[in-house]
Amino acid sequence: MFQIRVHGRGGQGVVTATEMLSVAAFEEGRHAQAFPSFGSERTGAPVVAFCRIDDKEIRLREPIMEPDALIIQDPTLLHQVNVFAGLKQDGYVLLNTSHSFETLGLGDMLSTHKSERFCTLPATELGLKHIGRPIPNVPLIAGFAALSDMFKLSSVIMAINEKFSGKVAEGNIAAATEAYELVKEQMEGRTHA
Amino acid sequence: MSFQPVKFYQTGTLTVGNRLLAQDERSVQANQMRSNSINSGHRACQGCGEALGARYAIDAAMAESNGQLIAANATGCLEVFSTPYPESSWQLPWIHSLFGNAPAVATGIAAAMKVKGRNDVRVVAQGGDGGTTDIGFGCLSGMFERNDDVLYICYDNQGYMNTGVQRSSATPPAARTATTMPVGPEPGNVFGQGKNVPEIAMAHNIPYVATATVADLRDLEYKVRKAMQMRGARYIQIFVPCPLGWGAASHDTIRLARLAKETGMFPVFEAEHGEVTSVLKIRNKVAVEEYLKPQKRFAHLFGKHAHPETVARLQAIADRNIRKYNLLPEGEN
Amino acid sequence: MLKQIEGSKAVAEAIALCRPEVICAYPISPQTHIVEGLGEMVKSGTLTPCEFINVESEFAAMSVAIGASAAGARAYTATASQGLLFMVEAVYNAAGLGLPIVMTVANRAIGAPINIWNDHSDSLSQRDSGWMQLFAETNQEAVDLHIQAFRLAEELSMPIMVCMDGFILTHAFERVDIPSQEQVDAYLPPFEPRQVLDPAEPMSIGAMVGPEAFMEVKYLAHAKQMQAIELIPKLADEFKQIFGRDSGGLIRTYQIEDAETVVIAMGSILGTIKDVVDEMRAEGHKIGVLGIISFRPFPLEQVRAALIKSKRFIVLEKSLAVGMGGIVATNVRMAVTGSGLRGFTAIAGLGGRAIPKSSLHKLFRQAEQEELEPVTFVDLDWAAVNKQLEREKQTRRSGPIAENMLHDKGIVGVSAKFG
Repeated sequence: MFQIRVHGRGGQGVVTATEMLSVAAFEEGRHAQAFPSFGSERTGAPVVAFCRIDDKEIRLREPIMEPDALIIQDPTLLHQVNVFAGLKQDGYVLLNTSHSFETLGLGDMLSTHKSERFCTLPATELGLKHIGRPIPNVPLIAGFAALSDMFKLSSVIMAINEKFSGKVAEGNIAAATEAYELVKEQMEGRTHA
Repeated sequence: MSFQPVKFYQTGTLTVGNRLLAQDERSVQANQMRSNSINSGHRACQGCGEALGARYAIDAAMAESNGQLIAANATGCLEVFSTPYPESSWQLPWIHSLFGNAPAVATGIAAAMKVKGRNDVRVVAQGGDGGTTDIGFGCLSGMFERNDDVLYICYDNQGYMNTGVQRSSATPPAARTATTMPVGPEPGNVFGQGKNVPEIAMAHNIPYVATATVADLRDLEYKVRKAMQMRGARYIQIFVPCPLGWGAASHDTIRLARLAKETGMFPVFEAEHGEVTSVLKIRNKVAVEEYLKPQKRFAHLFGKHAHPETVARLQAIADRNIRKYNLLPEGEN
Repeated sequence: MLKQIEGSKAVAEAIALCRPEVICAYPISPQTHIVEGLGEMVKSGTLTPCEFINVESEFAAMSVAIGASAAGARAYTATASQGLLFMVEAVYNAAGLGLPIVMTVANRAIGAPINIWNDHSDSLSQRDSGWMQLFAETNQEAVDLHIQAFRLAEELSMPIMVCMDGFILTHAFERVDIPSQEQVDAYLPPFEPRQVLDPAEPMSIGAMVGPEAFMEVKYLAHAKQMQAIELIPKLADEFKQIFGRDSGGLIRTYQIEDAETVVIAMGSILGTIKDVVDEMRAEGHKIGVLGIISFRPFPLEQVRAALIKSKRFIVLEKSLAVGMGGIVATNVRMAVTGSGLRGFTAIAGLGGRAIPKSSLHKLFRQAEQEELEPVTFVDLDWAAVNKQLEREKQTRRSGPIAENMLHDKGIVGVSAKFG
């Protein structure tokens, strides 16, 4: 079972992100379970949501305390919430920022974890560019697909089409595609380096 | 217009002999084919205003709906005296659920009829003043606000008579009830701000609001029939004296209802979409004492330890009603 | 059709397939998404004929459902927590009148202190209301139980609550097989009421009944639930024939044949428990699970039969009978009266407190060793509790308990704990 925890703020589409992750996994014939941290959070408040992916029925209902992957939608949370709590030694981290882990003071984590599984993505900028709104969730999902190889970009696009239609869907697909390519480039840059 | 252009052949009375009218002008009750919706044999007290009002109102609604009528009833005297197990006075489909939910139950019935395409079947809800102005008030307002296709009839006897004469929000100031005893420096019910449910109903801008009394049963029948010709939420509040709860003689039920109207204590009017369209004018204006004195619930205002200042305050309420609703005939204002 | 779908949305689709005629809606978390989904279907014309009524309170919601059901319409509503309590008088009335209303309860704690998260306090508070109560383990089962519920309710002319864990199920996206309209139509015939308000055949419903007949009326409500004990498994069998899956029934057992210790629970926590049991079985523990689907009627005989070969049981429940202990546990103990079985009660997950596998591993091992107190409060912060008890000893004006707890536990604004 693969467990993903998504951190963000109310209004950033955190819950939608996990739902779309689960839909992308479902599109590939896998079992998936997405659920929010069940608060009455208002816009701007820290929000957590979860997604489990497995090849068999998922019965477990506890919150994800030892994630295989973290998607952090808002870097300002790093100073407010212990977003890395329980992260597995070989876990993935995708952080929405145009800075580097080192600049954000997270250089230590790269040495204690598998640094090739850590990646940044300017997802808010991608959201603004393609959708006209600073919503980073869809680029991050696509970026996560590239980072983890958990599912294909085409499955993310199917999840987008299920959730949105018309221009919004088009914009999201463009954002997802660029995010996917950006992360792939970063990954390849590392292997060649 | 509730005014009916008929000639009064009998003097000294306000009633009209049915036999002197053409068939189609006669009252529903005068018709042998009346539905007897609430049949004889029920257990209401002697002189019960509510039983009389309900009989006229529901028979009129039955006549207007061609017998295609369903009634929802709040808990209260009407429910209890009409359906002691295993008997029922009701000759129409009738349901009693709870004290405070008759408007909502009626909404449910109306929704069921609508979904089944039975536009011919009409729905009435009914309750006493406690079930209407107090505990059922939330459901009533909801039914009004959605403009559900229900005629709600409130039988107003100004207190919780079924439970032993306690105060409701319809109990008049100074009245003695089991919870507003005539003791202390200000005996009887408080002079509060009152809760005028007909006016609150009007504030919902529903198609029809009317008041009526059991002293003028032709007017009552007319208003029920008129309400039944409309769709949407409608409200009629009928003034029904309670001999037991008011400490009045059984034979005074009609007289007290008439005096309530003639003093201005109970304005009788109609309103459509939030605007008053007609009032029943006072024929012979009388002072409130005449209305208060036959009732033991006001006895503490008179006699050895009289409270004339309290009577004056009640007169002021009546006078305000007269001004507000323009109850005096033309030329007497 | 297989869908990756939110639990509430799946239930809304299932309800729509049952062709409800009157739906009453009043918002309360966490059931809101269900009626929102249905409202959209009615408004857009995909669910027709159906009247969707936005009422002014839960009390009105149940009252409108009462009127609609008595007038022969298939009636549905959904609620939770305070909403269920606000409608209680009408809840009892619907059962007393024998009206087959189906209601989803998205289980949520009852305040004060106000809390929107999941536990079973709400529907269990209505255990004696005369309503049947079926608890769903997964969103698939929530969908299936609703379809069975209309059938069961209308066969018996009694109302049913389908209980699903608030947020944990209602807000979870997971795989659900949504049946086809043809399947549901084959299973659920149109509503043929036992009593109906009809001008062609006038009758009085809801008359006052005195001492001479009241007990008989009440006994008949009990008799209906006893009939349901027979009917629920039959309806689950029929369901399997049409829909091809096991869903519903009175109870469901897991790894119970040779189990010495049996864990008993209701709702979605059964999934986590099964994972723990698999892990313990791999280490050689003889432990099994008994899930109770039908809490009302309570299947005394079936529960006894499931437990009788074991040595001990532990009831893990998301409810608390204050001043007594467990609610489900009391029912289970009734079932095993005289059996000599050792029984333990564990209160867990109140107000949405997460129930992690780690806590269950510890709890079940203690149960196996019979090291538990009769009533255990899982993951209770004893330090915080004792601090407050001490405060109350020291100070007369010790202040509001809930606010003291939040202060003592250092929860100010943001919680760093997940879940």
